[in-house]
Amino acid sequence: MSPPSTTPSSTTTVVEASEIAETVARAVREGGRFAGLLGAARPDAPPVLRAILAFPERFEIYESALATTRRLPALTPLVPAAAWYERELHDLLGIVPVGHPHLDPLVIPSDDRSLRRGEEGERGRAGGATARVGGTGVFSIPYGPVRSGVFESVEYRIETTGEEIHQLAPHVFYKHRGLERRFRELPYEDAPLLAERVEGTCSVAHAVAFARALECLGEVEVPRPAELLRVLHAELERIAVHLDSVIRHTEGAGQAEAFARLSLHKERIQRLRAQLCGHRFGRGVVVPGGVSGPPSADGRRVLDEVRRIQAALADDLDALMSTPSFLDRLHGTGVLAPEVVEAHGALGPVARGSGLAEDSRLARPYGAYRDLDLEPAVLTREGDALARQQVRLFEIGQSFHLVRQALDQLVEGAQGPWQIEVPPSRGLALSWVEAPQGELLYLVEAEPGHLVTVKPRTASFHNLALFPQAFGGDIFTDFVFVEASFGLSIAGVSG
Amino acid sequence: MAWVWRGLREGIVTTRYPRRDDGYGPGYRGSVRVAAGADPSVLPARPVEAAPSEQVSGAEGVMSGPDAGSGGGPGVLGLSDVVDRCPTGAIGIASRIPGSETLQIDRGGCILCGRCVDARPDRFTFDPRVETAALSRATLVVPQLDASIGEAQALEGLRSDLWRRVKALRRSVHIRHVDAGSDGSEEWEVAALTNPVYDVGRLGIFFTASPRHADLLLVTGVGTVGMASALRETFAAMPEPKIVVAAGTDATSGGLLRHDAANCGVGAIVPVDVWVPGSPPSPFSILHGILLGLGVLLKIRSTQ
Ligand code: SF4
Repeated sequence: MSPPSTTPSSTTTVVEASEIAETVARAVREGGRFAGLLGAARPDAPPVLRAILAFPERFEIYESALATTRRLPALTPLVPAAAWYERELHDLLGIVPVGHPHLDPLVIPSDDRSLRRGEEGERGRAGGATARVGGTGVFSIPYGPVRSGVFESVEYRIETTGEEIHQLAPHVFYKHRGLERRFRELPYEDAPLLAERVEGTCSVAHAVAFARALECLGEVEVPRPAELLRVLHAELERIAVHLDSVIRHTEGAGQAEAFARLSLHKERIQRLRAQLCGHRFGRGVVVPGGVSGPPSADGRRVLDEVRRIQAALADDLDALMSTPSFLDRLHGTGVLAPEVVEAHGALGPVARGSGLAEDSRLARPYGAYRDLDLEPAVLTREGDALARQQVRLFEIGQSFHLVRQALDQLVEGAQGPWQIEVPPSRGLALSWVEAPQGELLYLVEAEPGHLVTVKPRTASFHNLALFPQAFGGDIFTDFVFVEASFGLSIAGVSG
Repeated sequence: MAWVWRGLREGIVTTRYPRRDDGYGPGYRGSVRVAAGADPSVLPARPVEAAPSEQVSGAEGVMSGPDAGSGGGPGVLGLSDVVDRCPTGAIGIASRIPGSETLQIDRGGCILCGRCVDARPDRFTFDPRVETAALSRATLVVPQLDASIGEAQALEGLRSDLWRRVKALRRSVHIRHVDAGSDGSEEWEVAALTNPVYDVGRLGIFFTASPRHADLLLVTGVGTVGMASALRETFAAMPEPKIVVAAGTDATSGGLLRHDAANCGVGAIVPVDVWVPGSPPSPFSILHGILLGLGVLLKIRSTQ
């Protein structure tokens, strides 16, 4: 090991590639939360592997350059949460984690090697993507990639005896768009636009996370009014994403009236966002160094509209949550035990529904969250779809609270400045935000005026790996609720 | 309170579109247009307010004067620099006759980032109107130049061909949506069509799970390699007559994700009838595209 180099709130330690698995496993044993294992291709140098561990006060990064070999001891047998990360590394960089229990294709289908950039790796064939289910009468059916309804494309391979779902393997490679490669190819100035499109339903979270990485490298402090506007947009986004999850539950439960009412509220939120910036998803608002400019709507009028939407929404949500036929469908459905969630290091509402309270806005506050008032989501340990829903409803309330605080302060006469110049700089930065689906990380390595690596680690990627474990005795008609209660974006998983 | 009263309390929330235009207010990024040529003698040293789009005359897009090339005075970005800085290469200088160069924007490639509008508000402006769909890929390039009269005739041909096909449809139409590699936001905008504001059921438009019952294929996303065969199969399973709508700049051209031969839009996979630009396209724009595809819009407009 070489001496650690330090950037604010994260420490990078260089380790031998052959030792990285053991080093990470030790860190997990010592209380670290495994937060990702990410690879980076480089034009004239061997690829680099970076493992991210979260500790209460900081992140630790373990870094290895793969100078001589692409084969290294697998981390998955020691830290099962690494399984999808190693499959992705195998797909994208041809890295072979020796001893990985099921090295199936994840983001690139096995029959399409044209998309792969790195060296060919060996394709592991030790069993399928899930443990085999024994017994007679078990058969496997593909659900997707084109599904009934308006969904993102994903295939769930379901093993069933007819009604009960025994095993399930998500196949996300259908919509792999080659984001890593695009991040490498695009000019410096265009990268923020691509960040907004990694998960298009949370463009603001991605734009903020990416900007924060550059701001960390450039050592600049974003002006206060810009931080407030970021919070305003990020929290409106969270309300919309959480509402979308609730709406999908009502659709699945056939609650037509609630579906219509909540869809109307969501539409109002989207229109409010368009009023504030000209775009229904807040694209173009966040730029490195701040925001692109003041809001384009009058703060007081927006505040009135926010109050109206909040009151009407709260009323309808109260009614929904006292509709027994709706609650029955969610209760006891898709249960994730607290130990499972903890072992996986699950993120966001999925983790909070099982009692894991961590929220980046509180645990590692950034920007205006440092002093705005925010309460942690209620602690429930039920771990079912209903618990995840209750977490989201609580968070919607808190988001409105944050929106109103930010607006109040902006109305108080914030005249800017809205942006500060970010000097081009060199180095590695890890940034984090609490996206609607949970902690979103960006690992950015830059040379002056040039980005060597941009690697988002979405909560959707981390959490979807846990999805199959939520099916314990659940039947087909539960599927829609389990999926909606995870509330993930496939675009953010397939890369 | 019973749900039915909750709905009534709100009054009418449904849009009147397509009978009435129901666009967003000024500042909404519906599309980008080339603004009317400004007087070269009063070229601004700093960006100025965009010319109101109402005043745009037939001369739009034609520009002249000293700012034609790069470097248009202190503080103003030259037009070729603006062309270079467009992240998707959507801006072109169609004619370079000195003193009267002509700018064109390919809306099918534009991701509405606003960079051109910020740099040269005298030349580019956001247009809040939502009727952005087009029946041919070529007509997404605006403004259309005089030389493209042949284009207009070809468009008429397309229109009547489409009309012949949609006449055979039942009164209600069924849509099958397929995501061919979106960023996820397009699905929200498609799903929004069933909310009470757009309520496409009132127009006899419904979403269907089965391609065998679908009249219209609504495709989002860049057209990834992985989705190509699933998309082709869905198209093949649909009965004739059928219409394909490419919803979004991603579906039209691949947008920012286009690289080499991959992610080039869904037109490379299935035959597209209607193109809807936007990143993502708003629900109105998608609805416009659907109605355009169904010829309904033409009918309504002709009886007004
Ligand atoms: S808005 Fe952006 S993408 Fe569109 S033409 Fe202007 S610079 Fe290009």
